Amino acid sequence: MEFASSDRPESPGIEAMALKILIAGGFGVGKTTMVGSVSEIEPLRTEEQLTERGAAVDDVTGVEQKTTTTVALDFGRITISRELILYLFGTPGQDRFWFMWDELAQGALGAIVIADTRRLPSCFAAIDFFEQRQVPFVVGVNCFDGSQDYEADEVRAALDVDQFVPVRLCDARKRQSTKELLTTLLEHIMAVNVHASKAPAGP
Amino acid sequence: MSGGDYAWFDEDAGPLARPYTLTRGRTRAARHELDMITLVVALRLHHAGELDHAHERILGRCQNPISVAEVAAGADLPLGVVKVLISDLIDRHYMIFRSGWAPTTAASPDTLQKVLDGIRKL
Ligand SMILES: Nc1nc2c(ncn2[C@@H]2O[C@H](COP(=O)(O)OP(=O)(O)OP(=O)(O)O)[C@@H](O)[C@H]2O)c(=O)[nH]1
Ligand SMILES: [Mg+2]
Repeated sequence: MEFASSDRPESPGIEAMALKILIAGGFGVGKTTMVGSVSEIEPLRTEEQLTERGAAVDDVTGVEQKTTTTVALDFGRITISRELILYLFGTPGQDRFWFMWDELAQGALGAIVIADTRRLPSCFAAIDFFEQRQVPFVVGVNCFDGSQDYEADEVRAALDVDQFVPVRLCDARKRQSTKELLTTLLEHIMAVNVHASKAPAGP
Repeated sequence: MSGGDYAWFDEDAGPLARPYTLTRGRTRAARHELDMITLVVALRLHHAGELDHAHERILGRCQNPISVAEVAAGADLPLGVVKVLISDLIDRHYMIFRSGWAPTTAASPDTLQKVLDGIRKL
């Protein structure tokens, strides 16, 4: 089958496979900035509407009182080849949107959790989530101006993540820095897979 | 080849686990397993008047394989609404989709290596 512009190098072929990596962390830690630093497109924004039911039903009209919440997600794209497209999704900053996290985590290769040393607890929810879901992740410590200098190991100790989980200092605005984090993540995912395949079967 | 890990579908692939409540008074659920990164592509051209404006707008964005999330962002519609419109188009054979990454299957080492190489080349 023919597609009008299938000869454009950037257009994925019919055999294309899409993969995703999540960029998570608390409110305002630099998720969108990090997505934008490596994306080949300006980060796109998509919205999902959550209708919260269960509030009072109006007896006269029978109409349920519903509140609609809109969750915005931004994402970027890296075309690896005509066969492989990688999407980077920034997770919603507020952890009350768990329903969105579920769909996001489904089938994700792995995640980058951004930690801001000025308010480390803001990334705890993301770390807990990925640990529970066994989604491989690395921690990027975003060095905002004016934040005290920390060593990656100090942050690791404060976050209490597994020894095995890479923790790296980063700057979400810099392409090179994000590239390095993504490289670290991919290497980590591959190491986790090798480890898992060597582990003895059983509970 | 790594692309063989999953396949394109144009038939009913089973119900979506979580029904979406839609705007515009429509309450049908998307009927295909459409994820945010599911790739969709238009199969054929349609004739004027064959489709309503909303479906036409969606179909027009899918001349090359494109993710559901990109279609939604481009059309400036909520994901849930776009999933239903795409489902309609799949049912009517205007479009096919490639099933999402199966959550239980890990990406193959070969695929991961390709992604790693691709990132290093950025
Ligand atoms: N100095 C400095 N500023 C940064 C860095 N990363 C992000 N910022 C700035 O911090 C602000 C918030 O960044 P965003 O990328 O919007 O953060 P976010 O996590 O997407 O925010 P929400 O989606 O609202 O949760 C922006 O003004 C960025 O320019 C960084 O590494 N250093
Ligand atoms: Mg953001």
